[in-house]
Amino acid sequence: MKIEILGMGCANCNKLYENALEAVKLSGKEVEVAKVEDIKKIMGYGVLSTPALVIDGVVKVAGKIPKVEEIKGWIK
Amino acid sequence: MEERCLCEPNEILIFSCAGSSNVGQIANQAAVRLAQEGIGRYFCLAGIGGHVSGMIESTKAGKVLIAIDGCPVGCAKKTLEHTGFNIDEYIQVTEFGIEKNHDLNILAPDVGKVRDHVTSLVSKRRGI
Repeated sequence: MKIEILGMGCANCNKLYENALEAVKLSGKEVEVAKVEDIKKIMGYGVLSTPALVIDGVVKVAGKIPKVEEIKGWIK
Repeated sequence: MEERCLCEPNEILIFSCAGSSNVGQIANQAAVRLAQEGIGRYFCLAGIGGHVSGMIESTKAGKVLIAIDGCPVGCAKKTLEHTGFNIDEYIQVTEFGIEKNHDLNILAPDVGKVRDHVTSLVSKRRGI
């Protein structure tokens, strides 16, 4: 499984990245978490609001910062 | 091109028909003008119809959804509603006395009528 955090590096994006790392840690699963800061790549997902969180190519949320527990629920 | 952070809130999202008629193209051109004037953010209706996850999730983050249809067929409205979105302001170009035809040479004053109406609706919402 791969989680990508889309955002151009502002505080909201960093917060979502931290939440994703924490969710992965709590899940105990082996998950790759990567930041995507290139706007062309971000727009390639059809995302028009950041931060956004993508799991295995599917955008789960955009323009919001989901809580750690919510992200953990998406990790299978 | 300047790279603008997409974290800025998209409070007002504008979706338009871009159908193969004069009124579809007027709807689309009005939406483009509204976006260029900063009235709202122009969003991709085709992405909603295509269930593109990034478009769907980005739309969920919007606060006010405006749909501009060309005619009573209402494709923009139906596309958004099929996906479960509630439309806050809805406009049909034919309601401005513009008859639907297939001449794609649209007139600027017709675009202006739609643009002015949407601008007025947004101003009311903002309490201006």
